[in-house]
Amino acid sequence: MADQEITLMKGNEAIAHAAIRCGCDGYFGYPITPQSEVLETLAEQKPWETTGMVVLQAESEVSSINMVYGGASSGKKVMTSSSSPGVSLMQEGISYMAGAELPALIVNVMRGGPGLGTIQPSQSDYFQACKGGGHGDYHLIVLAPASVQEMADFVDLAFTLAFRYRNPAMILADGAIGQMMEKVVLPPFKPRRTEEEIIKECPWATTGRIGGRKPNIITSLELRSEEMEIINLRIQAKYREIEAKEVRYEEYMLDDADYAIVAFGSAARIAKKSIEIARSQGIKVGLLRPITLWPFPTEEVKSLAGRVNGILSLEINAGQMVEDIRLAVEGKVPVRHFGRLGGIIPDPDEVVEVLKSSF
Amino acid sequence: MTEEIIIAGFGGQGVLSMGKILAYAGLMEGKEVTWMPAYGPEQRGGTANVTVIVSDDPVSSPILSSYDTAIVLNQPSLEKFEPKVKPGGTLIYDSYGIPEPPKRTDIDVYRIDAMDAAAEMNLIKTFNMIVLGGLLKIHPVVGIDSVLAALRKTLPERHHHLIPKNEEAIRKGMEIIKKL
Repeated sequence: MADQEITLMKGNEAIAHAAIRCGCDGYFGYPITPQSEVLETLAEQKPWETTGMVVLQAESEVSSINMVYGGASSGKKVMTSSSSPGVSLMQEGISYMAGAELPALIVNVMRGGPGLGTIQPSQSDYFQACKGGGHGDYHLIVLAPASVQEMADFVDLAFTLAFRYRNPAMILADGAIGQMMEKVVLPPFKPRRTEEEIIKECPWATTGRIGGRKPNIITSLELRSEEMEIINLRIQAKYREIEAKEVRYEEYMLDDADYAIVAFGSAARIAKKSIEIARSQGIKVGLLRPITLWPFPTEEVKSLAGRVNGILSLEINAGQMVEDIRLAVEGKVPVRHFGRLGGIIPDPDEVVEVLKSSF
Repeated sequence: MTEEIIIAGFGGQGVLSMGKILAYAGLMEGKEVTWMPAYGPEQRGGTANVTVIVSDDPVSSPILSSYDTAIVLNQPSLEKFEPKVKPGGTLIYDSYGIPEPPKRTDIDVYRIDAMDAAAEMNLIKTFNMIVLGGLLKIHPVVGIDSVLAALRKTLPERHHHLIPKNEEAIRKGMEIIKKL
């Protein structure tokens, strides 16, 4: 009953509540606007007194991500959250975790950059999240929530995918989704896994050599190139499997559309309003909203090429996802980009004007 | 029904909390609600605004180009949001912070002397509830009972004894709002 209560909260608060409820073992973070409510809510909720979840404010983002690395190595369900400049600091640790094939959750509530930038919403970390960010050939599984409800729901989903594929997952949100309040039904409580359950689910983890099993070694280092290539090929095969199985997206009013907007996160919300306005003026527009940014819904975007006369990539950045859209449609349909920069959010009317002048 | 509202004024006037109570009351009536603050390096005395959308249908964009209703509580907010009220929409302002009144004639303009009333009632802190009362009188977006329930839900218990004062303020606002 209490589990199913409808409540009003910020996206950042929803992340914290969902983490406690999905049986998260540990959160390690460092405050930064516009995501500070994640750590603040965890501190208020004191889950260490109830579920036993550890909540720790580290001395920096570099420490946070390495604490996550340590926790994940032992098979624990661990996470961190930050905003753009803080996530930049974490990139080395994220690359190491991808290399060591560790499941973990990293939440990025994006703000305008580059550098320290602003504290206002932005989506300018798409490249960083989807194209590496750190060094080496690796990918994160990247989920883009567009509502407070999805902020809550994607925590458990991200952990599920991270453990299924032994790969770090990221929730890529932005300041608008983090700061706004909406109706949310929090997920039901799941207990934290017992040590026995972790040993069973994560035979690779450093859980202690009970019964004298072979030592598990967690590392991303392999100095023999031949071996390192084999590891890379195995990781790449895993990525192909994720691309085949885990693409998620939403279609909205595309059935009769002459034009399509492709947008994720809060830009997708703005797009829906722009579509209402455009349709009231007789312009048939629909929306394709990638929910997984990696794996990107390439096939679905490609199929738009035969259905619409033009695609507008609406992003709160200078044009990043638009590259993936262009790769997918292979020049078969005109693709334009529109975005505002530095923490300015495009408003629905200006998107309609751009639609009219683009095609 | 969808009501798209912007509430704007100085930080410290209770703009954000007024929006929150309105959103919470909508939630308690089973409506869809979105509360989107213009967050920033805000401080007491700086400007603050919040967009509140209360609707029977799922809310699309939390960020809007124009509004059904603008509640403006200082001069900079009036200048910023008067042009963004939809034709036929509503603008509510408190003359205390606004020496230059609104000029548009294609919208309904209401004046509420909430600051003066709050001072008279010796309830300065309920200023925002007086304004909310004014809104509810002309646009009953949510019921007053839902607002009181929302107050019970959002205020810490140690402040619950102040709820009757808030109700008094809401009723005062309903009484003193007037159309120009």
